[in-house]
Amino acid sequence: MSVIEMKLEREVAAETIKIQARKVQVHYGTNHALKDVDVDILSKNVTAFIGPSGCGKSTFLRCLNRMNDTVASAKVSGSILLDGADIYDPRVDPVQLRAKVGMVFQKPNPFPKSIYDNVAYGPKIHGLTRSKAELDEVVESCLRKAALWNEVKDRLQSPGTGLSGGQQQRLCIARAIATSPEVLLMDEPCSALDPIATAQVEELIDELRSQFSVVIVTHSMQQAARVSQRTAFFHLGHLVEYGETGTIFTNPKDPRTESYITGRIG
Amino acid sequence: MSIGLLSLILLALATAGYLVARTRAVASAGGDARRLHSLPAFHGRLTAMSVLVPAAVILILWLIFEGFAIRGAALSQLKPSDVPDGSTMDLIMSDVGRIADGLNQLEARGTELAPLLASPDALAAALKDVGVAQGGAPTPDTILAAQASREALRTSRIGLSIVTLAAAVAGLVLVLRRITPEFRARNATEALSMWLLIGASLIAVGTTLGIVLSLLSETLHFFRLYDFRDFFFNLTWNPKFTGGSDLGIWPLIWGTIYVSAIALAVAVPIGLFSAVYLAEYASKRTRAYVKPLIEILAGIPTIVYGLFALVTVGPLLRDWISIPMGIGNSSSSVMTAGLVMGIMVIPFVSSLSDDIINAVPQSLRDGSLGLGATPSETIRQVVLPAALPGIVGAILLAASRAIGETMIVVLGAGAAAQLSLNPFEAMTTVTVKIVSQLTGDTEFNSPETLVAFALGLTLFTLTLCLNIVALIIVRKYREQYE
Ligand SMILES: Nc1ncnc2c1ncn2[C@@H]1O[C@H](COP(=O)(O)OP(=O)(O)O)[C@@H](O)[C@H]1O
Ligand SMILES: [Mg+2]
Repeated sequence: MSVIEMKLEREVAAETIKIQARKVQVHYGTNHALKDVDVDILSKNVTAFIGPSGCGKSTFLRCLNRMNDTVASAKVSGSILLDGADIYDPRVDPVQLRAKVGMVFQKPNPFPKSIYDNVAYGPKIHGLTRSKAELDEVVESCLRKAALWNEVKDRLQSPGTGLSGGQQQRLCIARAIATSPEVLLMDEPCSALDPIATAQVEELIDELRSQFSVVIVTHSMQQAARVSQRTAFFHLGHLVEYGETGTIFTNPKDPRTESYITGRIG
Repeated sequence: MSIGLLSLILLALATAGYLVARTRAVASAGGDARRLHSLPAFHGRLTAMSVLVPAAVILILWLIFEGFAIRGAALSQLKPSDVPDGSTMDLIMSDVGRIADGLNQLEARGTELAPLLASPDALAAALKDVGVAQGGAPTPDTILAAQASREALRTSRIGLSIVTLAAAVAGLVLVLRRITPEFRARNATEALSMWLLIGASLIAVGTTLGIVLSLLSETLHFFRLYDFRDFFFNLTWNPKFTGGSDLGIWPLIWGTIYVSAIALAVAVPIGLFSAVYLAEYASKRTRAYVKPLIEILAGIPTIVYGLFALVTVGPLLRDWISIPMGIGNSSSSVMTAGLVMGIMVIPFVSSLSDDIINAVPQSLRDGSLGLGATPSETIRQVVLPAALPGIVGAILLAASRAIGETMIVVLGAGAAAQLSLNPFEAMTTVTVKIVSQLTGDTEFNSPETLVAFALGLTLFTLTLCLNIVALIIVRKYREQYE
């Protein structure tokens, strides 16, 4: 694929704003972890968050589905709108929000259940299917989307924890998409994986883009460049620069971004 | 030489060996410890261990087997005619033991022994003076036997001192002579430590084996006097001191199972729920206070629980439930003992389960919450299944405690053995009957007393089966999820 084609493909993506974050601040006790972050996440796009360790990428990602609610010391302020509605509005049920904004974690964390039950977990608790047959269908289609079906179709009842690391991570992705989220948050989903599994997951992310908007935190700049359409660079709790992936990597405006992508800070 | 003095000498030798070996090791390297293969402390430790370990093993084994030799020496002085009718060799031997004991005391007072040994009557009087209780009066033969056993003991102790000290000194010299800069004292210490650890586990295993064997031999003895079919299939428990007792085990087993089941029915839900609360919902501060408070329950002596059952719970249940409902009028009941016992074992369930639930990785909870599950769905579907093997273990521990409990049953449920479904009736358990049969007035060799061992073995088998079942459950579960 030529550079021009890639650029074209990027522009073809529908440019509606899925999540709008304004002046987001996060404090962990006295630690001011995130300062005045403004980001627009577009639908049907892959957005990458890059930056050195501890700069607040995970913290911001966890704000987007209110996973920070489970951390007692975390205080979030500012506004985050999902489809124009504030997700920190007291009337919003964080449990329902998380069904819409799914999450895949850094370390694969399959539940101590069978492969089938891992994927069926979300649909079951949210009552998304009406019959066993329908549930079977959902499980199969999610496993297919996660490029895992062929490897596990003969052992759906064996434990999910018995899979290899890469398979486990794809199982977690299948589990996340089984609740049919609108946004999928992925926090360094490939950091525990070998290169082959990483390539499979990246391919998968590219396919997922047709249905969800995907936000991915990554330490690998090559990965950000390969899978994302837009990239945000965080540094010490600030959002330094946010824009088209191509622009960020070829023509960064901020000297800190340039230093980071050329490997001088990190 | 007394055992205490011998031990002190051994310790002193070990300490000296430690210090000497360190100095020697440093000296062998020309004063530069860096040239040594092992640090000086390892040379010291190895020396101390080679002094202590073989000597201690010899000491312990010697003391265990000494008894047989002494008994043998005493027996060799006795003839079958020394055993009067209606007595046994064992009784005579215990007389011999008492006489030997008394002679030791008299000797310690400085009494001249020779005239006493010549006259059994004078000896009997002298023994009375020093306050030694007597079975039969001393006879010339028992006096001879007592002297022989004292002599054997004296020789044995001298031999013991010589052999142990020789072993200790040999260990000391052997190691000290091998100290060179190249000597691998570090590795040798490692190997010796491993043997020590193996020894410790062997003692644990050996003790279990010993307990089972002794129970087994007494139980076989019992079944020679009492038909095992009656023991296992007779449904009444009615021991009589005059003989002709009914010793069917079922009423006792039933009581044990019934009381334990009620106890678990109380302890498992309460314990598990409080564990879930502590691990998943409580703040760190609350947990820091509440957990030790619950654990206090495990530290209360069971007799106190027994009193609580006897004076509070029992009358309360009788006056408010069993009499108004017309299902019993005794304050001792299975329900009383079960409830109180349940409270006692709550901490076994809650404390262990809490630790286990805490050990479930946070990433599993995050994964479930991140899919839009509520905290309680997460606990039910992810956290508890992941913690299940440990929780089963905790419950079984509680069950073993409940099955083995005696005091609460005596005071709470009474001592009447019967088969009944009504939980407001008095019943009793295996452990209670073991105590009452062994402390009864009957002769030791009667089936009424020996049945205690058969009961003990049954109880042991019961808990063993419980543990095996638990192991199977846990293993099956692990296989599924690892
Ligand atoms: N649960 C938490 N409690 C307290 N401080 C936290 C917590 N999580 C993250 N932090 C702090 O917030 C800052 C940002 O962390 P994080 O978002 O994890 O960084 P990144 O994912 O970019 O490596 C760090 O200084 C970190 O120490
Ligand atoms: Mg992170």
